[in-house]
Amino acid sequence: MLSMIRTIWYVFLHMFHRRVTVQYPDEQPYLAPRYRGRIILSRDPDGGERCVACYLCAAACPVDCIALQATEDSTGRRYPEFFRINFSRCIFCGFCEEACPTYAIQLTPDFEMSEYQRPNLVYEKEDLLISGPGKYPGYNFWRVSGVQIGGKDKGEAENEGRPVDLHSLLP
Amino acid sequence: MNMATVYVDNRAYEMDEKQNLLEGCLRLGMDLPYFCWHPAMGSVGACRQCAVKQFRDEKDERGRIVMACMTPAAAGTRISIRDPEAVEFRKAVIEGLMLNHPHDCPVCDEGGECHLQDMTVMTGHDYRRYTFEKRTFRNQYLGPFLNHEMNRCIQCYRCVRFYREYAGGNDLNAFALRNIVFFGRDRDGVLENEFAGNLVEVCPTGVFTDATLKRHYTRKWDMEMAPSVCVHCGLGCNITAAGRYGTLRRLVNRYNGEVNGYFLCDRGRFGYEFVNSERRIRQPLIEGKAVSAEAALARLGELTSGRVIGVGSPRATLESNFALRAMVGADRFFAGISGTEARLLKLMLEVLRGPARTPSLREIEASDAVFILGEDVTNVAPRMALSLRQSVRQQPMEIAERLHIPVWMDHAVREAVQEKKGPLFTASVSATRLDDIAAGTYRGAPDDLARLGFAVAHALNSEAPAPAGLPESARDFVKEAAEALKAAKRPLIVSGASLASAAIIEAAANVAWALAGSMLAFTATESNSMGLAMMEAPALDAAQAAHADTIIILENDLFRRLPEAEQFLERFRHVVVVDYLENATTAKAELVLPAAPFAEADGTLVNSEGRAQRFFQALPPPAPVKESWRWLGSWDKLDDIVEALARAIPPLAAVTRAAPPASFRMSGAKVPRQPHRYSGRTAMLANISVHEPKPPADPDSPLAFSMEGNPDQPPGALQPFFWTPGWNSIQAVNKFQEEIAGPLRGGDPGVRILEAGEGTPRFFEDIPAAFEPRAEEWLVVPLHHIFGSEELSRHAPAVSQLAPPPYIALNPEDAARFGDEAEMLGQRFPLKRLAELPRGVAGVPAGVPPFAGLEFPMWSRILQAP
Repeated sequence: MLSMIRTIWYVFLHMFHRRVTVQYPDEQPYLAPRYRGRIILSRDPDGGERCVACYLCAAACPVDCIALQATEDSTGRRYPEFFRINFSRCIFCGFCEEACPTYAIQLTPDFEMSEYQRPNLVYEKEDLLISGPGKYPGYNFWRVSGVQIGGKDKGEAENEGRPVDLHSLLP
Repeated sequence: MNMATVYVDNRAYEMDEKQNLLEGCLRLGMDLPYFCWHPAMGSVGACRQCAVKQFRDEKDERGRIVMACMTPAAAGTRISIRDPEAVEFRKAVIEGLMLNHPHDCPVCDEGGECHLQDMTVMTGHDYRRYTFEKRTFRNQYLGPFLNHEMNRCIQCYRCVRFYREYAGGNDLNAFALRNIVFFGRDRDGVLENEFAGNLVEVCPTGVFTDATLKRHYTRKWDMEMAPSVCVHCGLGCNITAAGRYGTLRRLVNRYNGEVNGYFLCDRGRFGYEFVNSERRIRQPLIEGKAVSAEAALARLGELTSGRVIGVGSPRATLESNFALRAMVGADRFFAGISGTEARLLKLMLEVLRGPARTPSLREIEASDAVFILGEDVTNVAPRMALSLRQSVRQQPMEIAERLHIPVWMDHAVREAVQEKKGPLFTASVSATRLDDIAAGTYRGAPDDLARLGFAVAHALNSEAPAPAGLPESARDFVKEAAEALKAAKRPLIVSGASLASAAIIEAAANVAWALAGSMLAFTATESNSMGLAMMEAPALDAAQAAHADTIIILENDLFRRLPEAEQFLERFRHVVVVDYLENATTAKAELVLPAAPFAEADGTLVNSEGRAQRFFQALPPPAPVKESWRWLGSWDKLDDIVEALARAIPPLAAVTRAAPPASFRMSGAKVPRQPHRYSGRTAMLANISVHEPKPPADPDSPLAFSMEGNPDQPPGALQPFFWTPGWNSIQAVNKFQEEIAGPLRGGDPGVRILEAGEGTPRFFEDIPAAFEPRAEEWLVVPLHHIFGSEELSRHAPAVSQLAPPPYIALNPEDAARFGDEAEMLGQRFPLKRLAELPRGVAGVPAGVPPFAGLEFPMWSRILQAP
């Protein structure tokens, strides 16, 4: 008898406690920017595609859910001809982001990816590519890299000297 | 081999005292970084990367740093690889090499199979301290095969050492001075040497990369690979074929100590793209319309119910030829070559069953006097020319030996030898690419070349018949060549059928037989010419007389074999063709069955040495495409047909041993075709279906279309790719050899099925009369071109860019009466003036339409173009 009354008393007290249940989806939880959710492909500060199709993300992926094919534009800038992530296999481990040498592939705090059909979880490049630089606003791989592309000649990358003049004998 | 005890980090090891410490350490499986040393090119001690510490004796604690590649593995040598000072030294060296290396591994085609990456990781250099400006270079256009990215260079000099000293090229060099050394040509342009493609593998980093791979770039770890054999000439160089997403991506060299060693020719390396050609036949066709495989097979059954003959092919495998032979009956099976070619092949085969042994390319490299009769080796069997180029180094090597300079100490050997060359004599119809190293050259019409050969044979052995009335110009040549061959320890005669002259082959045989112990190498123009010859089927001439309603043509374009192919085909009511590329013959066919080219097929080829070699599928053939032997027979497995063929054709009985059978397992597992890092398995087909398909079964080989399997080293014939932990580049091959630059572990792949016979041969007596030019006619001979003469590589875009357009070549004096063009066979062609060509002889590019399919040599009128 006494224990029942005590229980009712505790329940009554609970009415004045702070609520921990979040009213999802009406109320969205806070997720840190480093949260490992839906994967995106970002662009560099100049608006160009950041991905250089180096295949490192695909190699790092433990479930092999990334497939791509490299190609080049007429100026020698490399980019993926197609870039496919099968999210029905993805385990959101973030290895791809760790492996990416250009900050192109990034995991975002979005996890709302449920689908009724598995094929809808296969994302192509059009679905992955966003219009901004994501978490790393400043970096542009092509400004650092020593290869020549459209708009950046030999010797114009960061920390590069002008191309050697082979016909000069001057020291 | 004399073994010496060498102490490495205080443990005793056995090393060959003829080798250097680097070779010794690598042979023992130790990891010691290096750049400038190459197993085929020796040491120069330029990069300072293989530094180790050497101690005088066990009491010596200070020691001194030496380069392992420049120190002989003498008995009692004590070295340390792990010594902290040596480790620090190697790390400092690589830090220096990386000062100017660009930040571009992600977009570099070498990434993932880069020797520089491997060595950097091995030494532990991981952080850049140098913050000043990097030196940059402008790149050059080097032709359709190679891509140039000079910023990545670490100045190891391997490229120019290979290109100039090993391959004999002279348009690539090191330019400028001090820290701005540039490796390239003096101006943009196509690299002239036929072996330039090897720079892809010789360069330890990404300065020279495969330009054909760049167009469909895939990392090494993402490719499905299988051991394969080159199909672009008769030498049968071993290659690794690599594919992804259903297309063939590239070929790299697959080391075979006896055959190609470390190098390939550019036709072999870059001719592969015909597999991806738009002219590929991918559906069965009836009257030009695509039908299902069932409908095609039903029609094949109808057409073969009557009288049928089969035409085989020198570019189809033994298995496919045998399947056709079994289907139509041995007496109704014809070799798909002209009567002339069949007679020449038969003659070569008979000669090779005589006392002269046919050498492997390794033996060719080791021969010390060479006589090339009638062949332009560089353009017919290119890789053999690279071996011949090394043979002239054999005799002068005695100078180095006298001075006690070890063979591997490359720079010192070259200083000692200077420009001295061993004897190599060429007798050819026109200039050849080996003339620059020849001790003597002779030019003549085919019959004159044969007479010269007979004269050399007579000079060596008076029992051999002598030609009467040899011109004065030839006598010195004969004397010198005969003396050089007689003085040599390992003399070699090279000849072949590319001038379509039986007399030349007979003369070469006489020379070889006149000189006991000499070797005789014949070139063959197609991948299975020798194998087809061993099947001993009658040629196409005999097929003309056969009565049949249906003709089945296997992987063969008859328009490249017969001048009157059209009339020949019209004699048959039904024409069935099994092939992989559209050509003039498939256009005439009622039924076309889509065959699998080498990258999608399993089979066995016999090379010109008489070595049977098996190749395996790198890619599963996309249904309904399948191997020709599967279309034509009912064998379930490759092993079944190989066994049947070995039983039915006694000379081929040994082909069962060319590779382990399909039942071969290592610890119960198959050999994976995919590296363990292979990516994209669950995504590459997700756009079609999210349910991953089962990997294709492979009943024909011990290889699996999977990354699962036993990762240990299989026998060489099954080695799908060279990779070991820490060695991602092709340099990993060191870990797969019994000896550095020796045979692969478990023996080099392939089995020799042609051995020299016993007994004294009878010399050939039929000496042709001297060549007499005619007044209004020219003797037309085929001039072979490495790019363009071979049928399949013509369909590779990179190779076709370098193929010559049709032309007529004449001696300038003969050509004086013509303008820039001349008319032959009713067509106009540009006229090429070749001073080396004898008068009265006209040359046309072999295998280039409309000259493909002509009977050579022939007499033809050449007219002033109207």
